[in-house]
This record gives sequence, structure tokens and C-alpha cells, in this order.
Amino acid sequence: MSIFIDNDTKLVVQGITGRDGSFHTLQMMEYGTKVVAGVTPGKGGQSFEGPDGETVPIFNAMDEAVAETGADTSVIYVPPAFAAGAILEAADSGVSLVVAITEGVPVLDMVRAHAFARDKGVRVLGPNCPGLISPGQSKVGILPGQIVTEGPIGLVSRSGTLTYEAVFQLTSAGLGQTTCVGIGGDPLIGTNFIDCLEAFEADPETTGVVMLGEIGGTDEQEAAVYVSASMSKPVVGFIAGQTAPPGRRMGHAGAIISGSAGTAEEKMKAFEENGIAVAKRPADLVALIQDALN
Amino acid sequence: MDIHEYQAKERFRLAGIPVPPGEIATTPEEAETIATKYGGTVVVKAQVHSGGRGKAGGVQLAKDAAEAKEHAAAILGMDINGLTVEKVLVTPAEDIDTEAYVGVLVDRKKRAATFMVSAEGGVDIEHVSAETPELIRKLTVDPRYGILPHQAYWLANFLYDDPSLIKQASEIIAQLYDAFVSSGASMAEINPLITTSAGEVKAIDAKMSIDDSELFRRPDVEAMRDTSCEPASEIKAREAGLSYVKLDGDVGCCVNGAGLAMATMDLVKYYGGEPANFLDIGGSSNPDKVVAALEIITSDPNVKAILFNIFGGITRCDDVAKGIVEATKRIDIGPPIVIRLTGTNEELALEILEDAGFSAFTSMDAVVEKAVELAAGGA
Repeated sequence: MSIFIDNDTKLVVQGITGRDGSFHTLQMMEYGTKVVAGVTPGKGGQSFEGPDGETVPIFNAMDEAVAETGADTSVIYVPPAFAAGAILEAADSGVSLVVAITEGVPVLDMVRAHAFARDKGVRVLGPNCPGLISPGQSKVGILPGQIVTEGPIGLVSRSGTLTYEAVFQLTSAGLGQTTCVGIGGDPLIGTNFIDCLEAFEADPETTGVVMLGEIGGTDEQEAAVYVSASMSKPVVGFIAGQTAPPGRRMGHAGAIISGSAGTAEEKMKAFEENGIAVAKRPADLVALIQDALN
Repeated sequence: MDIHEYQAKERFRLAGIPVPPGEIATTPEEAETIATKYGGTVVVKAQVHSGGRGKAGGVQLAKDAAEAKEHAAAILGMDINGLTVEKVLVTPAEDIDTEAYVGVLVDRKKRAATFMVSAEGGVDIEHVSAETPELIRKLTVDPRYGILPHQAYWLANFLYDDPSLIKQASEIIAQLYDAFVSSGASMAEINPLITTSAGEVKAIDAKMSIDDSELFRRPDVEAMRDTSCEPASEIKAREAGLSYVKLDGDVGCCVNGAGLAMATMDLVKYYGGEPANFLDIGGSSNPDKVVAALEIITSDPNVKAILFNIFGGITRCDDVAKGIVEATKRIDIGPPIVIRLTGTNEELALEILEDAGFSAFTSMDAVVEKAVELAAGGA
């Protein structure tokens, strides 16, 4: 089992002809993701060639792509100026999950896009996220497929490359994953820690969860309370940004300590108080989750 | 991006908010000239991207032009929370009856703009919020409608009893929302919003932060950027499309991805070192970006060792490897470089680095430990 995506996921790629879109579409297809359509306005009627010479039809608009192919999930690789528009179009097209990889989408655009998607009952992952992967089944986004393996651990993270680091260490230690989800580094994201924890709690094959947080906001603190109140499965965590100075944005638009709120210290304390073992460094996560599972 | 009070006031005026006049001086003489023009008592206010200006002595009342000149002389060049004051705003003093707070910001949890108002103005609103939350009224704005007239009225009605004041404040609240949206702001506040004994409501202070992701489509707001407030290395990084924050340590860090970059800094500290910087070379990296990153890191004289920690996903390891090789050809890099690369196109990257005589680590702990050791003077 897995959460959000699996073997049956039928994916449409928005921005399939761009540099990143085409590169990662090939990577996703090589991994085994069922990419059924691409959308690039003005390139409808053309097709995208997959790694084994298979052809993926390209459409001008999302509604056409969904009507023709029955796609249920979309992934967005379009530039920031058009990303919110792409999310709105996807949320209106009939897919149930929209994964927005794009970084640098104006926040006020996302206020509208999130509200619209919520009204349509569509889950948005991101923006500014690496996407997600259910090992052996499907990957949507940019997570490198070679570092994951099938197994019982659920992983949820606000980062991209830090996720790879943690997954790589889990895999090296023989701990496979049900699904790895990057929820994104922006201040306004569509799917938060609690959404993922709920899904992992409900997934019969997930036996434990690794949660990677960072400075900024209160998502981790709220998730910690959820873990102690509503989860039966063990959760271990790590918080990045212990050395980050207050008031400075650390790369991610959402990674900023405002006043005295959103520090790594405060989040680690919330984890510990709610029974989430905290790793001092990413390399310690493996031992912690092994302990928690025993 | 933060903008100065006088710039935020310009945005407020464009939206129709009543703001007293004011002009900028960069010398005591200019301040004197402006004060003479206004006549009477003026306020001389330091323009820096920092709160607590008043507490630091950066806001002074001057009863005449001579005193304005004196205050400007004292404030210009003053250090406020590590920032040097290069400009002062000279503005006529207002006859203040009451002081309130009106602010709007993007609330992460609600995923929407949220207003906060309080009759307790002129003080730190975070403090009011923590100590006496009952003195604050909040309203989340539905992005479909913007702020509706009765909602602005509901907020204003919490501040005043007098119908004329409520009416004026309602308008100002709606105008503040317009200024917030049209500036692409993440936060806009009036603290204090005053009433005068003549029964007028005015904004005598203004603060605004702009969402960096808005700047590409708002050249008028981008033009308000004051680069004198940023270290040269951070300006260069921004121009190169890199995310960089200068810190005080000696281990230069070049990492792809913000989360991994923070975790790398934390690991430097874990192994007993101090990071010299945060630097995220970002996704879709090309060799030119890596060259720029190395130039920026080596421009910091404190840096004694440089570590690369690259986990390829959207970033291709071979791009980074090419960049490192090219950079070492183009510029003379003093401090030793240690490299960890893994992920997308890892094999290609390792070939490129080996051909150029570099050896690469595959573990994050190993590369950080080595960099800390090199910075400490070890071999």
C-alpha cells in the first residue's frame, strides 16, 4: 500500500515540453509512472517520446487531457508566473491530486489557488515541493527513484534534498518506504504534515513515520500534538535550521524565524513533549526509527 | 523584501490612506531645510529595516528647524540593531489623541490574508497578542471577495465609539488591503493609526514587507529596493539567482536545496565548526551558478574551507561538477574544497571530478567532518 499515489495513478504533466518538465517526465516514465498525457498550450496534437519510444499525447489544455486519457493526477513544472494559473486549471479539470513543483509562486496567487482547490475538493501538494514517490509503484515529481525501496516506513518532509538524504540513509540501512512525500518549503502549502500523518496512520502497510521539519511557522508543533493525540504508529523527527539566525529567510520562502516564533528549538521541544524521538543529525534517524519499531 | 517607512507611506498614499506629508534627508542641512518648509514641530525618523527605532533613539521630536538639524546629525550614521542609518524622514508632528494598531498579513495556517486590529496602538503588537489577546480583533479575508465593507466596519467598530472615526477607519482598513494586494505584500501595518483632537484618523507610521516572488511583475516595487542595507555578497548572490545568507563562521557551505543546506550548517556545528554561510544553489543548476557561488563564498575572508554537499534530484550532479571544475579554472580559490555529490547523474559527475583531480565523498557526515578539520587547520 501507499498514500496519495500508487500503481493505478494516471499522470498528466503540465509543462511537459520545458527543460525540467521533459527531463523529469523521462525519469518518471523510466521509474514506471503511468504518464498518460502532457499539457503545453500551443503544442496540442504533438507528442512526447518516452524512454522506450512510447508516445505521450500533448494537449493544449487540462480539460482535454483529462477527458481523453482519464488522468487523475497532475504535476506542474511551469514557470512561477504561470504556476498558480496551472494549479487553478488542474483543480478545475477533474484530477484529484495536483503536485506543484514550481518554486517562487507569488503567495497572494497561492491564496486564491488554495481556496479554489479546497472548494473543488482537490488535494494540492506544494508548491515548491519535490513531489512524492511510492516505491515500486509510481513517482510524481523530482525525487530520484534510485534511492528509494519498498518497505514499511512513511516519510514526510518540508524539504527536497534533505528528504533524499534521509531516504538514502533509510534505504542503505534496509528500511524501505511506503511513500515519501515532500510537502514543500513555501509558507502556504496545500498539504501539511497532519494530512500526511493521517494518511500514514490509515495505511495498513506503514508501520512507522519519519518527519523532517524546519524553521518557520507552527506546522510541526501542531503535527506533534496530533501524533500524541491520534496516532498509534511511532513517529521520529528531525528539524533543520538549528544554526539559522532569526529574521533571515533560509532559502525556502517559509523558512524564517519571525520574532521568537518558529525556531528549531521550539519545534524539537514540541516533538519531544509529544513522544516523537528527535534526531540530532540526519544520520541518527535510522537508529531512532529502528528503536521505535522494536 | 523589506521597504522603508517613507516608501510604505508612498504605497499607502497611492491607495488613498491619509498620511501626513514628509520628505527624506540624507544630511543634517537637508533636514533643516525640510523642517523650515513645514514650520513648527517636526519628527525626525531614522529609515532602517528594523523595528525598535524609537527605543534606539532613532525617532526624535524637534520644536524647530535648528533642533531638527541637530537630531538629524545625531541619527544619521547611528547604528540600529546592526544597521547604519543613512536616511531620515522629516515629517510634521501630529496632535495625537489616541493610538491604534491596524495590520494585515498572510496567515500561514489560514492560507489567507488576515487583519488584526487593536485600540492598543503604538506598542509591540506581538506583546499585546501574547498578554491581552482580548484586546485584538482578527478577520480572515476571503480571497474571492476581498475585504467587504461590513467587515472593515466590524474591525473599525472595535477601535472607536465615535461614528465619524469608525467611518474613517473603515475606509482606511479597506485602503490598506488595496495597498497590501497592489504591492504584492506579505505584511502591511499602521502602528500607530492615530486620531487627532480635530477628529481625523491618520497613519503616522507605516511598515510593509514585500513577497520576493512578486517582484518580477512589480517593477515599481522592485525599484524601492535599498541595497545599502545588504552585504555586497548577498546582492551578488541575488543577482546570480542564488539564495545566500552570510554568517560569522569559517566553513563555507555550498549545498543544493534549502533544507539540506540548513542541515549541513547544523552538522558543521555538530562537528565543532561554525558555518560561514547558508547557500542554496537551487534547482536546475547550471555551471555558471556554481562559479558565482564559489566567487561569493571565497569573497568572505573568514572562510578557511569550502564544502559542497549536493544531492541530485532536479539538480544534476554533472552540472555541479562541471561548475566546480570551471570555477577552479576561472578564479584562484585559496581555501581547500571538499565535495560530496550523489543522486541524479552521479556517475557522470564523479568522472568529471576525477578527471580534474578532485576526489569526492559520498557521505554527508564524512565531508562535513573533513571540512571542519580543514578549517581548524588540520591536514
